[in-house]
Amino acid sequence: MAPFLLQRSAGLLATLLVASAVIFLVLEVLPGDPALVMLGINADSDTLQALRAEMGLDRPLLERYADWLIDLVQGHLGTSVTYDVPVSDLIGERIAVSLPLALLAILLSTAIAIPVGVVAAAHHGRLLDTTVMGVAQLGVAVPNFWLAILLILVFSVGLRWLPAGGFAGWDAGVGPAMLSLLLPAISLALPQAAILARVTRSSVLEVLREDYVRSARAKGLSQGQALWHHALRNALIPVVTILGLQFSFLLAGTIIIENVFYLPGLGRLLFQAIAQRDLIVVKALVLILAAAVVVVNFLVDLSYALLDPRLRPGVRHG
Amino acid sequence: MADKLSAKRQRPGANLVLGGTLTSLFLGIAVLSLFWTPYGVADINIANKLNPPTVGHWLGTDQFGRDVLSLLMVGARNSVLVALVAVGLGVGLGVPLGLLAAAWPGLVSETLMRVNDFTFAFPVLLTAVMITAAIGPGVVNAVIAIGIFNIPVFARLARGGALGLWQRDFVRAARLAGKGRTRISVEHILPNLTSMLIVQATIQFALAIVAEAGLSYLGLGTQPPNPSWGKMLNEAQTFLFLAPQLAVYPGLAIAMAVLGLNLLGDGLRDRLDPRLLRLP
Repeated sequence: MAPFLLQRSAGLLATLLVASAVIFLVLEVLPGDPALVMLGINADSDTLQALRAEMGLDRPLLERYADWLIDLVQGHLGTSVTYDVPVSDLIGERIAVSLPLALLAILLSTAIAIPVGVVAAAHHGRLLDTTVMGVAQLGVAVPNFWLAILLILVFSVGLRWLPAGGFAGWDAGVGPAMLSLLLPAISLALPQAAILARVTRSSVLEVLREDYVRSARAKGLSQGQALWHHALRNALIPVVTILGLQFSFLLAGTIIIENVFYLPGLGRLLFQAIAQRDLIVVKALVLILAAAVVVVNFLVDLSYALLDPRLRPGVRHG
Repeated sequence: MADKLSAKRQRPGANLVLGGTLTSLFLGIAVLSLFWTPYGVADINIANKLNPPTVGHWLGTDQFGRDVLSLLMVGARNSVLVALVAVGLGVGLGVPLGLLAAAWPGLVSETLMRVNDFTFAFPVLLTAVMITAAIGPGVVNAVIAIGIFNIPVFARLARGGALGLWQRDFVRAARLAGKGRTRISVEHILPNLTSMLIVQATIQFALAIVAEAGLSYLGLGTQPPNPSWGKMLNEAQTFLFLAPQLAVYPGLAIAMAVLGLNLLGDGLRDRLDPRLLRLP
């Protein structure tokens, strides 16, 4: 297991390094003169010169990249040009919205999808199964940002139960803060739940055909008992994997949904930074978000290998 | 068992019919918009703004008094165009890469697949964000971002399928006959992957439509005055109290197009390649 871990970790580091290089190239080299992009064409030459010097644009490319990496490792993400505060402070502030939102969405989608998937599988081929899976098929097709707008239309504009946007802030108390995250989390969770429910259903169906479930039935367990005590645990392995793999979709979803509900999270910060041409913030945020996807995928890979020894190296198929 | 099989064979038929109908409708409207729309999408009539559906304007008018049906029709055309080019990019670059990796296992394959894994680290949105921050917003960014996302999808699929085919007798026979790896890849491997690739392309096409709408919603895709479904949703959000119907049509259009393509993909999978298990 140790060499496997070592090999995977090296792969993870290499991927992160290449990702940082691509981000650096796209955001520092592709625009030509990042200082000019940030200040606009009407900026006077002294200000431009000062920003160029501050960003180190007069130094060789490789040196700048190496310095950026060293800074990153030490936790220095640079200083935002628009807010004039360290980017790490901005991120720390905004992640207090994005992370709870993402977690709430995962929680909701799992809480909905797994029971629905299991019930559909238990009623395989019957009306309940067909109906539930039809709804799920529809759910997969509904984009989360449209669902968000529909929810605002019903619960904020129509019934006036929940806020149409904005964030109450954690200072206002957990209740109001969570309330402002509720509609955004539901918009993220439902389309995700539709996919997860389908995965759960087919996974349970597959496991129910296994010999050990048949043996359990032969021992006298009812279909339900066999399902809950024996099949479910194994059936959930692919579900967990899909949940991990969906992380990048969830991340992209969070970015859009934060903009639909005007939530002051990382996604909204990213868009404000683009509008203000604050490339330093964009660079740091894109790197952090890409790194999050890479690390989660790495962990999923790892957990998969832990759960299923057949996937470890040395046991190669195909 | 026989009952189950026949039931299985009937269901994909329904998927195929419903998916095919919705997709044809969507594509048909996109094509029709090239020749005819009820009104011009640039015809502004402020006196008639935010009207509910009427006999003259079947779906009403937007905040500039433009005909919503006409905007939706042209929006469909934009969606199709972006998705077509983006998925084309994915197929055009991804499939040759996958075939290459399968034909020359070892270092080439390993390197290609590493690069592939790496591109997965950048969801469509992040790529689009980066390109926009660097060179400004535009529909080309959306195409590039969605296209880049599609390359590894098709590369992995092509490689996976091709690796299995290289072990088959007919490929071995071709090698014995003295054919080169490239020629075998083109003449024997690729034709056997076609149905699998068509199914995947249908599904990726649906994903591309959602991605384009999302990017345009955020202002990173199609730019005004060109109509796009995502942009329409974004604008409708400002008028939720005055004209809620404006927020319903574009979303419904996206959902129906995606549903149609997904059903078509499922149906085709069952029809073209029964050996493939139906994915959830």
